[in-house]
Amino acid sequence: MSEQTVPMLRVTNLKRVFDVSPPWLNRVLEGKGKSIVRAVDGVSFEINKGETFSLVGESGCGKSTVARLIVGLYEPSEGEINFEGVNIGPAAERAKHPEIQGRMQMIFQDPYASLNPRWRVGDIVAEPLRFRGLLKDKKAIEKRVGELLTQVGLSPLDARKYPHEFSGGQRQRISIARALAGEPEFLVCDEPTSALDVSVQAQILNLMKDLQRKLNLTYLFISHNLAVVYHVSDKVGVMYLGRLVEWADTETLFNRPQHPYTRMLLDAIPDLDMTGRSRTPVAGEVPSPLNPPPGCSFHPRCPLANERCKREVPKTIPVPGGAVACHAVEEGRLPPWKAQAAA
Amino acid sequence: MTSPKLLEVRNLRVEFPTRRGTLVAVDDVSLDIAAGEVLGVVGESGAGKSMTGAAIIGLLEPPGRIAAGEIRLEGRRIDNLPYNEMRKIRGRQIGAIFQDPLTSLNPLYKVGDQLIETILTHLPLTQAQARDRAVKLLEDVGIPSASERINHYPHQFSGGMRQRVVIALALAAEPKLIIADEPTTALDVSIQAQIITLLKRLCREHGTAVMLVTHDMGVIAETADRVAVMYAGRIAEIGPVQDVIKRPHHPYTIGLMGAIPTMTHKVERLTQIDGSMPRLNAIPKGCAFNPRCPKAFDRCYRDRPDPMPAGNSLAACWLVEEKAHV
Repeated sequence: MSEQTVPMLRVTNLKRVFDVSPPWLNRVLEGKGKSIVRAVDGVSFEINKGETFSLVGESGCGKSTVARLIVGLYEPSEGEINFEGVNIGPAAERAKHPEIQGRMQMIFQDPYASLNPRWRVGDIVAEPLRFRGLLKDKKAIEKRVGELLTQVGLSPLDARKYPHEFSGGQRQRISIARALAGEPEFLVCDEPTSALDVSVQAQILNLMKDLQRKLNLTYLFISHNLAVVYHVSDKVGVMYLGRLVEWADTETLFNRPQHPYTRMLLDAIPDLDMTGRSRTPVAGEVPSPLNPPPGCSFHPRCPLANERCKREVPKTIPVPGGAVACHAVEEGRLPPWKAQAAA
Repeated sequence: MTSPKLLEVRNLRVEFPTRRGTLVAVDDVSLDIAAGEVLGVVGESGAGKSMTGAAIIGLLEPPGRIAAGEIRLEGRRIDNLPYNEMRKIRGRQIGAIFQDPLTSLNPLYKVGDQLIETILTHLPLTQAQARDRAVKLLEDVGIPSASERINHYPHQFSGGMRQRVVIALALAAEPKLIIADEPTTALDVSIQAQIITLLKRLCREHGTAVMLVTHDMGVIAETADRVAVMYAGRIAEIGPVQDVIKRPHHPYTIGLMGAIPTMTHKVERLTQIDGSMPRLNAIPKGCAFNPRCPKAFDRCYRDRPDPMPAGNSLAACWLVEEKAHV
């Protein structure tokens, strides 16, 4: 069955650079060269249908850029984005396949900025229907909007209101209703709950899980919150300075993390069960992406770094349950991960 | 000498008079902080946790005002002090750390000058002594090559380093209490871990008490001795951190704990508290949580519960009283 073997989305060696140089005159006067940020630097992963794949990392690691590359808000500098075997990386290729574009939707982080304050909710939710010409009849659109709003836990009567009449959680529900209007199969969710309070976050995460089951959706989930990622994902990728340092299925990644950065992240999260626990946080900060360290970009903070790590970029090698890019793993000098203290 | 209670807040009420009526942001809040203790204050946005902190340090934005209640620092009332008196307490007795380290530092002054100014305002030292102290403070909060960094401007520091400078500033005059309002919310997790560890160590070394205001229960679990859970301007539950997390009594606390995804056990669905916190102009009669409470009964719609003993904690819930009777 070829359908089974082709993943829904395959990203191969995806790269995106941004030119952040000062203006030409300044460069000439100050004798400075161009400066380039490699926001995404050779990322590869696959997402199967019906799965939730999460990307985690700290601010500036490039996870949101990956999301924007996939939905086509940026064009990749290099690499392929294969959606069911069709490369939609270059904008020209993407333009040839409007049906694929329609099957993807995005949910943004800030429910205050992503809804037009001067449009009624009904018009916001109906926009994909009108844009893609799914429904023409005014009555039919109204009915469909009502269904969509009901599906995300709002009332059809809310279509008459404006976004400012809703709380943050309700606005995020409106964003989800809008994303679902075009009947997508693949949703890219960029930090959908990080602007929300925990009790509302729980509502949205539950809603997203219910919708996934009901509509057989595939999610690419971007978050910095590891606990949320653990809750929603089937597979998790960890990004650091534009590179995917490790990916694995959720259980493997959280119970047997390999890459020292993943271990550091897991160790840094304050958890409810860690009352009074003392720990030694990893020193140092994420280096500037303008001037990343040579070799493995994590080496200045890594307790296992040696000469080779400072020189050579580690290749991604497969490990049981996933893959990891680390010389220490390859050379077998990785200490065992301490088992999580029994709760 | 000093009373065991460093800070006492009794029946604090903070109001915002507006054209359409008075909004009550903090309603009948009572809490104590002992010397050297870390009290966590959690709640969702709009629960009144930051307002409580601002009222204690005397930084309520007008038209907000303390309408009732008392705040005592070492037995002395501080809520009704004239502006200039309060200025002497702020910084000297009570320090503050805010969420955004960029806005709490003046971008036009070198961090050293800001530290020295604070030190000279509160302590009887010479310029040179103050400078030495500033360098030592920066070293204390873990800023490398502090004697050079003292001449740098805030924009030359990263977010985590800037928050360290703010902590140094808060500690400059050796206050007995620090109000830390979301000190790690703007930071990445690995930096957050560094800052929490630092804050814990410094407060232990200096014997400083901390009121830690945050929405992150994980940070509280790791840092605080006791925790107050706030909802719609009132304290829903207050008690030792272990008790509140492991054996919550108030239905809101129970729901909140279930709503937080954890990494130790995977659940298919998170506990969901339906609805959202009421707006300040539409707080329901009786218990403010009653529209969202799965266990609400007739009394909850009629009378407002005050915090009452429940195990080692205090919980403002009529169910606690019911249980005590059975």
